[in-house]
Amino acid sequence: MSEPAADKRARKASRRHFLQASAAIVGGSSIGGLGSTNVLAEQAGSDAANLPPNVPEWMKAPGDPMGSQPYGAPSVYEKGVVKNISKSLPQYISASGRTPLQELDGIITPNGLFYERHHGGVPSIDPAQHRLMLHGLVDRPLVFTMDDIRRFPSESRIHFIECSGNPVYTKPYGKTASDLVGLLSCAEWTGVRLKHVLEEAGLQKDAKWIVAEGADAAALTRSIPIEKCLEDAMLVYSQNGERLRPQQGYPLRLLLPGFEGNMNVKWLRRLKVTAEPAYSREETSKYTDLMPDGTSREFTFYMEAKSIITRPSGGQLLSGPGFHEITGIAWSGRGRIKRVEISVDGGKNWQNAQLQEPVLTRALTRFRMPWRWDGEEVVIQSRAIDETDYVQPTLAELIAIRGANHFYHNNAIWPWRISALGEVSNAQA
Amino acid sequence: MRKPRSSLALLMIAAALGASAQAAERYGIGRPATPAEIAGWNIDIGRDGSNLPPGNGSVERGRVVFSEQCAACHGAEGQGGVGDRLTGGQGTLATAKPVRTVGSYWPYAPTLFDYIRRAMPQNAPQSLSDEDVYAASAYVLHLNGLVPADAVLDAKTLAAIRMPNRDAFVTDPRPDVKNR
Repeated sequence: MSEPAADKRARKASRRHFLQASAAIVGGSSIGGLGSTNVLAEQAGSDAANLPPNVPEWMKAPGDPMGSQPYGAPSVYEKGVVKNISKSLPQYISASGRTPLQELDGIITPNGLFYERHHGGVPSIDPAQHRLMLHGLVDRPLVFTMDDIRRFPSESRIHFIECSGNPVYTKPYGKTASDLVGLLSCAEWTGVRLKHVLEEAGLQKDAKWIVAEGADAAALTRSIPIEKCLEDAMLVYSQNGERLRPQQGYPLRLLLPGFEGNMNVKWLRRLKVTAEPAYSREETSKYTDLMPDGTSREFTFYMEAKSIITRPSGGQLLSGPGFHEITGIAWSGRGRIKRVEISVDGGKNWQNAQLQEPVLTRALTRFRMPWRWDGEEVVIQSRAIDETDYVQPTLAELIAIRGANHFYHNNAIWPWRISALGEVSNAQA
Repeated sequence: MRKPRSSLALLMIAAALGASAQAAERYGIGRPATPAEIAGWNIDIGRDGSNLPPGNGSVERGRVVFSEQCAACHGAEGQGGVGDRLTGGQGTLATAKPVRTVGSYWPYAPTLFDYIRRAMPQNAPQSLSDEDVYAASAYVLHLNGLVPADAVLDAKTLAAIRMPNRDAFVTDPRPDVKNR
């Protein structure tokens, strides 16, 4: 692999970015003067050799040979597009890392950028030594190897997974789309319908719940209502065409389309069919929502309709007045996105965005709207409406009912403020 | 899925699906799980204490287990650190600054045994003996004023503890918020 040439290009690129940033800062503060002229001149000089009418350097010699990268990686110029992982977490064994939503297009999250949440680190599991045990209220308790699981009729479906705490209700609110709702990703999943596997064991008549357990150091346990298990739950072994990544549950995970992320148990090793929930720590002391009156909601499974504009979004800079496409993503755990509305006047007026086909149930939906920015300060925002006609609420509306200590299931509208200089920031921060 | 209003109807449909699932033709994939295999992996403890193992542990022994295995992350008195705060907070849940701990928030005491055994200590889960899991559970409950200093907990006595927040959990009423 190792491409001195590529490394050299990367160094040059990062120098260029630095120079551009310097120029922008100097220009923005209207200092100008000899220094900035020199910087601009140097920038123009280094770039010009590869610009018309000249022949760019990468056309004057062969590129990297076949086999330089047995498993392909993004361009060196995309080095900055990585998971958004806080540098100040109290610990990194039970922790989460976010998808850089504002850097992505379409609806599919690349596997290397899929958000992560683990409760006991990422186990390294030898698939030959992994077993799925299915027991409890079944006629025939069974053990499956991974080869067994792959023998079942397979199916591929596109669904999002979203962490229930994405984001919390209290300040400080995030600066970027990723900071705010980056515990969200979407992939094409391949596996077997859980229903088929349950049929092998034979459900008994008192079967009302299935307790799923992971083979991680947290042995994470969640209880799933039997109707969801029979409706659209899957046992998944592949993601976007390749086997699951370890961070996503290799070699086997549960997929519960539309349910909060932690219930899609990763490294799945056991399914116990029961008459009542396990009332595990993760569904009593965690992943329950405290109300202002001191009661707490439990078993709040579905992630409600939500959307966010990813471009322009927090941390980005509009190049200037004129045409800009507004684009973002919308999703609902309760089904398909029916409509996305966009306001470019602080929420007074709303117009329909275009939805990119296909619009799939419990999947991300990409929306777009052409827009001309007049250069004035403006607040832009989107709101999703799903096929149940549920309308994404504002943060104030959510907090008025649930209080600020609710923690999970925040699906608020997140407006962005664009300054007269084109700087985009969180309008609620 | 439609509005939750129709969840009863969904349950009925699901029940019908469940019935048909039993009648479906099998693929003949997988092998029988033996009782010994199931016993080794089935570590779930019910909220009623079902599946709690034999043995017991005292608050006194728990004080030692806690200082050796738990205090580094949870603090000497369970006040929290890198790990969650485990004590105090009773009476705060309906205030602006709620403190959610084992004592103030957890609805069922047997869950403490379940969670400590399966996931704690974080650097070596499933390494404690059942006796030490009983003891650590007893000590954390004692720190919360829920059992006396001379308590010894076993399957029966752990399941008999009534947690203060037990009746404060409600089912999901969403959609609960309207955009106006």
